[in-house]
Amino acid sequence: MTDFLEQATRILFFTGKGGVGKTSLACAAAVSLAGQGKRVLLVSTDPASNLDEVLGVPLSGAPTPIPGAEGLSALNIEPEAAARAYRERVVGPYRGVLPDASIASMEEQLSGACTVEIAAFDEFTKLLGDAHATAGFHHIIFDTAPTGHTLRLLKLPAAWTGFIAGNTTGASCLGPLSGLETQRSLYDSSLKALTDSAVTTLFLVSRPERSALAEAHRSSGELAEIGVTNQRLLLNGIFVAHDRSDSAACALEDRGREALAGMPAGLANLPCAQVPLLPYAPMGMENLRRVFSGVPPVSRPEGRESPQKIQPDLPLSGLIDDLEKMRRGVVLTMGKGGVGKTTIASAIAVELARRGHPVHLSTTDPAAHVAATVGESVPNLSVSRIDPAAETRAYAQAVMAKAAPQLDPQGMALLAEDLRSPCTEEIAVFSAFARTVAEGERAFVILDTAPTGHTILLLDAAEAYHREVSRTVSDLPESVRRLLPRLRDPEFTRVLLVTLPEATPVHEAARLQSDLARAGIAPFAWVVNRSFAGNGFRDPVLRERGERELPFLTEVRERFARRMVVARWEPWEPVGPERLRQLAHAETVRG
Amino acid sequence: MTRVEVFDPPLCCSTGVCGPNVDPVLLRFAADLHWLANQRIAVERYNLAQQPQAFAANEIVKAALTEHGNLCLPLILLNGAVISQGCYPNRQDLARLTGVEPEASPAATLPVIQPRCC
Repeated sequence: MTDFLEQATRILFFTGKGGVGKTSLACAAAVSLAGQGKRVLLVSTDPASNLDEVLGVPLSGAPTPIPGAEGLSALNIEPEAAARAYRERVVGPYRGVLPDASIASMEEQLSGACTVEIAAFDEFTKLLGDAHATAGFHHIIFDTAPTGHTLRLLKLPAAWTGFIAGNTTGASCLGPLSGLETQRSLYDSSLKALTDSAVTTLFLVSRPERSALAEAHRSSGELAEIGVTNQRLLLNGIFVAHDRSDSAACALEDRGREALAGMPAGLANLPCAQVPLLPYAPMGMENLRRVFSGVPPVSRPEGRESPQKIQPDLPLSGLIDDLEKMRRGVVLTMGKGGVGKTTIASAIAVELARRGHPVHLSTTDPAAHVAATVGESVPNLSVSRIDPAAETRAYAQAVMAKAAPQLDPQGMALLAEDLRSPCTEEIAVFSAFARTVAEGERAFVILDTAPTGHTILLLDAAEAYHREVSRTVSDLPESVRRLLPRLRDPEFTRVLLVTLPEATPVHEAARLQSDLARAGIAPFAWVVNRSFAGNGFRDPVLRERGERELPFLTEVRERFARRMVVARWEPWEPVGPERLRQLAHAETVRG
Repeated sequence: MTRVEVFDPPLCCSTGVCGPNVDPVLLRFAADLHWLANQRIAVERYNLAQQPQAFAANEIVKAALTEHGNLCLPLILLNGAVISQGCYPNRQDLARLTGVEPEASPAATLPVIQPRCC
């Protein structure tokens, strides 16, 4: 099982769709390499990192030695903290030199999403490209952020090296790019490290599921394109039914086998390792060591009683009844990557449409697959996605068209160059998000938002924009001006926190709930998705998983949720209007 | 060589394309400065959020900031002396203030109006 770590390169990336187990496997790999006597640095670039919880140690932006794993240290790249430090580096020397009001205005200008992005990127490249910063370590393992964000981070060195080279007038968007020229050699060496197969290995982590494999295939192609060609496939959660009389367990096994059989050829040709579906949570030193130890996963083959009937919670259809009473407005599904936001959003959209309401289902997730989930056209339902590349193109064209009457050709050239700045995409996607939310005035808008980190950035941006907007004048789009008031109006926007009945997704959703509270937004309900508990499994692995859920179901019900909905795990894939409807109407207690 | 320095308020970028809304005045001004630079004038532009050292190093700018706060920005200096503060002059005004021959344009044949600022 540890074969895949033999002759490991110095830099290891773990990437994949949200929820496939990147963090768990990155941690298990780090623990395993440290166990072989290597000095290992484990890094999370996710703004909503779970490393602390998985390792059971509070972490910071500096390497922290992990007790119980000699040689292993870990850190979180904390974008906000990095941004604060960056701000202080720029502003600090001028305190007492320039007037306080000027200092305050500089700080405010340096608080935007761009600064956060740049600062986090700076930290990332230092670990990747600056040999001195990581000199004491044999291996640096990146538990990378959910896919869209990871790809952006990884692509940035290429994009920006090109941007610096192509920026001729020097008068252009210096904002976040100022100082880049001086860092150029660092970016060059980062890019070199990424694309050198003797230095970097990319592990594409996937579960034996169609959508996760499709995502792995997509990242594989995109990363190969920027030159990251040393790739391996790591299949997590491979399940073999132990009890052949358990039809649901056999169905799960079949579904996995079918997904793997239909794997895109590009993936199937990569060197591959497998990790079985574990009945225990891969958290804490003892369990992390077990992951790659080769010990069979079932810990209690004799089994116990099936979990006792849990008290019935609201089915999804009951929640939809409540949402229907609004007659219009926005429903946002939020939560950690991979918990099934798209499935829940799609099930709600399909059911509302079936009840005769006009519904628009959309997503801000760069790795979205809403259309594939709904499957076929449904009366009253329109499906779309906010595509960053298309939005950026449209935004740039609109700006150019608006400016054309007042600018000469040189001015237009200057503007075109400014619009190539990496900030443009943020703005374009943000405007599109605001526009989609505004549609909720006329119909139901169901928005499947991107994984948590990105979602928080969006809301942060909403707050920053709100401040900005209250002091700028001129013709700001109505939709942007009214975005935050709309998101805060419980009669207009209903936020659903989607989670799985497991430690990390529950605690991440709880953190998200408190972040939302700070923005003045209270979630309408929690949806606990893919619950094994109460499904009446006989298979020992699945039964143990079901038992493990109970404390988390209780925690959500008693500590966090005003309203809790449980959607049961089903042996079939929740794709297509009929399956989605079945999911909405399933009762929670069956065995 | 004539030298023009522009001290901007804290901006994300000089054309404002990064803001919540593109400010047409910033766009126009960026183009006008480009034009000015083509009239054999050395143009330098500093942004308070990005190049505070330029502000701190210039006694005239520091004094203006202390007296008027950020309201004096943008501050435009010609060979070290203030020629405009608190606004972005248009191309005609820029030409007049810097002593450059303005481009022939319909505006030049109209009655001269008072500059909107400065």
